[in-house]
Amino acid sequence: MSEIVNVDVKLATNKFHVDEGHQHIILKDNPDMNEYRKLINACPAGLYKLDEDGSVRFDSAGCLECGTCKFLCGDTILEKWEYPRGTFGIEYRYG
Amino acid sequence: MSEESFDAIIVGAGLAGCVAAYVLAKAGADVLVIERGNYAGSKNMTGGRLYAHSLESIIPGFAKEAPLERKVTKEKVTFLTDDTGVTLDYHNGREQTSVEESYTLLRGDFDQWLMAKAEEVGAQFITGIRVDEILTQDGKVIGVKADGDELLSKSVILAEGVNPVLAEQLGMVKPKVKADVMAVGVKELIELPQEVIQDRFNLNNDEGCAWLFAGSPANGLMGGGFIYTNKTSVSLGLVCGLHDIGTSSKTVPQMLEDFKNHSMIKPLIEGGKLLEYSAHVVPEAGIHMVPQLVGDGVLITGDAAGFCLNIGYTVRGMDLAIASGEAAAKAVLTARENNDFSAEGLSSYQSLLEDSFIMKDLKLYKNLPEFMGNPRIFNQYPKMVADIMQSMFTVDGSASQPLRKTIMKHCKEVGYMNLIKDGIKGVTSI
Ligand SMILES: Cc1cc2nc3c(=O)[nH]c(=O)nc-3n(C[C@H](O)[C@H](O)[C@H](O)COP(=O)(O)OP(=O)(O)OC[C@H]3O[C@@H](n4cnc5c(N)ncnc54)[C@H](O)[C@@H]3O)c2cc1C
Ligand code: SF4
Repeated sequence: MSEIVNVDVKLATNKFHVDEGHQHIILKDNPDMNEYRKLINACPAGLYKLDEDGSVRFDSAGCLECGTCKFLCGDTILEKWEYPRGTFGIEYRYG
Repeated sequence: MSEESFDAIIVGAGLAGCVAAYVLAKAGADVLVIERGNYAGSKNMTGGRLYAHSLESIIPGFAKEAPLERKVTKEKVTFLTDDTGVTLDYHNGREQTSVEESYTLLRGDFDQWLMAKAEEVGAQFITGIRVDEILTQDGKVIGVKADGDELLSKSVILAEGVNPVLAEQLGMVKPKVKADVMAVGVKELIELPQEVIQDRFNLNNDEGCAWLFAGSPANGLMGGGFIYTNKTSVSLGLVCGLHDIGTSSKTVPQMLEDFKNHSMIKPLIEGGKLLEYSAHVVPEAGIHMVPQLVGDGVLITGDAAGFCLNIGYTVRGMDLAIASGEAAAKAVLTARENNDFSAEGLSSYQSLLEDSFIMKDLKLYKNLPEFMGNPRIFNQYPKMVADIMQSMFTVDGSASQPLRKTIMKHCKEVGYMNLIKDGIKGVTSI
């Protein structure tokens, strides 16, 4: 039954105004892997990734601003969590 | 610094914020709403079902003009395992009064309409501006800072939603709201022709279906799936509690994908086109997470105040957001009459809430979050019901057992004591 989900295809249907050069969420250096794993599971946009060599890769472009990572791992592994500046970020056309 | 001082600045043009603005402006107060998105609703998503009662009492007959999708006349609840589904199906063909009705909706359209209603009666809106800071003087809130500008106000209503960054700054909401009282909701909006929706869900013209799924959608974690029919699309999604997400064998996006591909769901959305993918946190703790609601010059409404109920077969936050926005507006109007915007002067907010369905319902369901935390509800019971059904409906030539025995056998797998305990707890928490 399980088909591996491709979140990027879904995100591509959304409208985003990316604030180039401004990451509104910043990960701490060398994050605790147990905490990071929670975010791999929970982030609806699949933005918390692991590279082949096991290193972490995160980019806040594509963020749905849902707040999940903030509530799960707040100050444990996030250096900063804020909403994108006004007008930027996800723009739901339907919601 | 701007010299002008508003009676109220409202942060957030969601439902709570737009309604507060409407009620205030209608009574002649000077009110400004600041929204970070490019239009009201541009940052908001929901499952999709509005219980009409609270907005009906503020804007009578609103359903005739608001951009609503369908009126809910069909309710379904399905206990789902990976490969089975047992459904309760309720068709309501009875007349309903306007306060009993409920509708499916999409926030992009709906919030813009609500904002326009507030503008019509004189509220001012600025969109595309993020409020960065709440200004205080001697412990009293005196305005907001946004985009480097400072705007003064006699009161500030925080209607910023489930992630209350500003209320945290003020210390009114504890910054680390624990993950075990939060859930994440994800949704796909899937386009289908109107006739196809009506055929597949057995609906007449404007009728709609609200369908909830307990069991496997959230991979056995607390939560469930939903489908709401719109005019030419369906809202399909799931809500999953965050407390055990670290040990889940599936990611949240994978849960949604598997739910969509379930043999029971797939035919319903076959041929549909994905229009949008959205997600949002849902506050789940009910009364246990309600923060300090009033401070000097400031009030908290809607999701920011934890006014949301997950009662298993439905998530309700929109009607609470609307009613709390109204209550906050009324409290500000009282403060304005007495020219006292202190916590004391705004305290009628608290009593208005106590007297309303908001606090009564939150209290009524106060034990539900804990009950719902019980994993048996999301994995063993759906399986038990499916096993009973399978035994009932399977004829394979082996000697039949009395139905009573079949049922008892499957109950035993969960454990009689567990059934009794959960039964009592369930009944006392609803
Ligand atoms: C998956 C899911 C399904 C749900 N299903 C249902 C359902 O079927 N029925 C139901 O009744 N409820 C449901 N809910 C709950 C409901 O959606 C919420 O309770 C409701 O939207 C809360 O409204 P609100 O006005 O408090 O906040 P929101 O609608 O979240 O509005 C907050 C607003 O504040 C703005 N904002 C935030 N911070 C700032 C800032 N610093 N500066 C400027 N603007 C800011 C945001 O952009 C946003 O517009 C569901 C929720 C989810 C996630
Ligand atoms: S806010 Fe939501 S979508 Fe954005 S990175 Fe965090 S979990 Fe992912």
